[in-house]
Amino acid sequence: MSERNDHKVVVPIGPQHPSLKEPGSFKITLDGEKVERAVIEIGYNHRGIEKACESRNYMQALYIIERVCGICSHAHTSCFCQAFEELAGLEVPRRAHYIRGIVGELERLHSHLLWLGVAAHEIGFDTLFMYTWRDRELVLDLLARIGGNRVNYGVNTYGGVRRDLESELMADILRVCDQLEEKLKYYAALALTETTLIARLKGIGVLTPDDVRKFSAVGPVARAAGIMADTRIVEPYGVYQEIAVTPIVDDHCDVYGRTLVRVKEMLEAIRLIRLFVREIPDGPISVRAPRKLPVGEVLSRVEAPRGENVHYIRSTGADMPDRVRVRAPTEANWHGMSHMLEGFQLADVPIIIAAIDPCYSCTDRAIHLVGGGINQLTDWESIRLHSIEQYKSRGIDPSTIKMREF
Amino acid sequence: MKKKQERPGGLAGLAIKNLFRKPATQVHQFGEDGIQKGYRGRLLYDPSTCINCVMCMRDCPTGAITIKNAGTKEEKQMHAYLNLGRCVFCCQCVDSCPKKCLSFSSEVLLASFDRESLEIEL
Repeated sequence: MSERNDHKVVVPIGPQHPSLKEPGSFKITLDGEKVERAVIEIGYNHRGIEKACESRNYMQALYIIERVCGICSHAHTSCFCQAFEELAGLEVPRRAHYIRGIVGELERLHSHLLWLGVAAHEIGFDTLFMYTWRDRELVLDLLARIGGNRVNYGVNTYGGVRRDLESELMADILRVCDQLEEKLKYYAALALTETTLIARLKGIGVLTPDDVRKFSAVGPVARAAGIMADTRIVEPYGVYQEIAVTPIVDDHCDVYGRTLVRVKEMLEAIRLIRLFVREIPDGPISVRAPRKLPVGEVLSRVEAPRGENVHYIRSTGADMPDRVRVRAPTEANWHGMSHMLEGFQLADVPIIIAAIDPCYSCTDRAIHLVGGGINQLTDWESIRLHSIEQYKSRGIDPSTIKMREF
Repeated sequence: MKKKQERPGGLAGLAIKNLFRKPATQVHQFGEDGIQKGYRGRLLYDPSTCINCVMCMRDCPTGAITIKNAGTKEEKQMHAYLNLGRCVFCCQCVDSCPKKCLSFSSEVLLASFDRESLEIEL
């Protein structure tokens, strides 16, 4: 914490901070308890995902893409597969579209339940946190049965899906939907009537419709400001071309609005899952996909739980992509964050940040050093020697430590 | 919807009800409970049907699987090795195998205390 001459205090939160789940830096200038200015720096979690995809074949790249995000892994692979199928000219079977839709909506349920728990935890409502995460287990168990894993289900492949849904499993999906609907209706009633929740969330983190357009916010953040930014409705893909999604918007423009949008979206997801299970056609679940893509480029959009995913592939005709670009929804929502924080209390900062459902490592793509001045490539060995020298200057001898071998 | 509450504590009813219920957590002591059917675990390999096409090695995202022919082209002695430290259990190798000689089991307790024992022969 540093104090300036004009009695304003700058509180640095992060990059390493006990309350942050992932590294990110927030420099918050306080005037008393009021946030006057917020400077956000991200980029501490850069993993080189895009470059990793460009140096692998398409089949290997799919599993890298699945690991862009732990929560919305299915949305990312759906988007990437959709781009691949578009460029390869593949006709995906209808049954595969429906299975993708079912898994996608189950993922939305589990993502929103997770968010509701995190948000409740940030405002000190840990009872709700425990109950929502308990209910989320029902969805995760289903996803583990469908895909064989709790996260990173590996359901998608080029030209369809890898796993079929048996009738027994579909009956269980409907049973879980019934159980969850009852609980979600209770949470929806709670969000609408619980006075402490409303008092804590209403009027903070305001992002007006004009701001949403200015900062290009997506997903529930935009929908909570009354802007119908849902790719499933604006540009229907896959199963949503056949079954329409009911638009869910809210005009609160604040954190409370985002909570309502997410709770209502969960009920909508249950309605959609029921429809998908009822309408699912028989037939094959995948078609044979080529190993190489023709020359060209393609942009694909899919609505992930947090907002709109955008994937770009450029192909030169080889069996590996020439360029891959992934824009996760959090990347679009970060731009308005400073604006959302300014003018509110320091105690509101955690919930305002949590309200966009940030995913730091999804967002970080490349680091651009402003005013760094050094433009050179350094190999691994010289970095290691440099670090040994640094430690030796402090009286520590790390040369006995062996490098981990892969 | 219920009518608007005048006092806070809407979750109190559910909280009190749950005091008298058994815990929501599952006992997962010996690996039996909680393992879903279709869970992707340790790979199984059938060397008799393998044709050494190495499609599994080409498609493996982490390079965890290795197929080796210890014999000759005519008299094959196929061996498959798996690095459990690298394997992400996506089972793409199972999908890529044209002869279906790879399959997966539900065995998931594969942790080890040293790195060497993670290299296994299937």
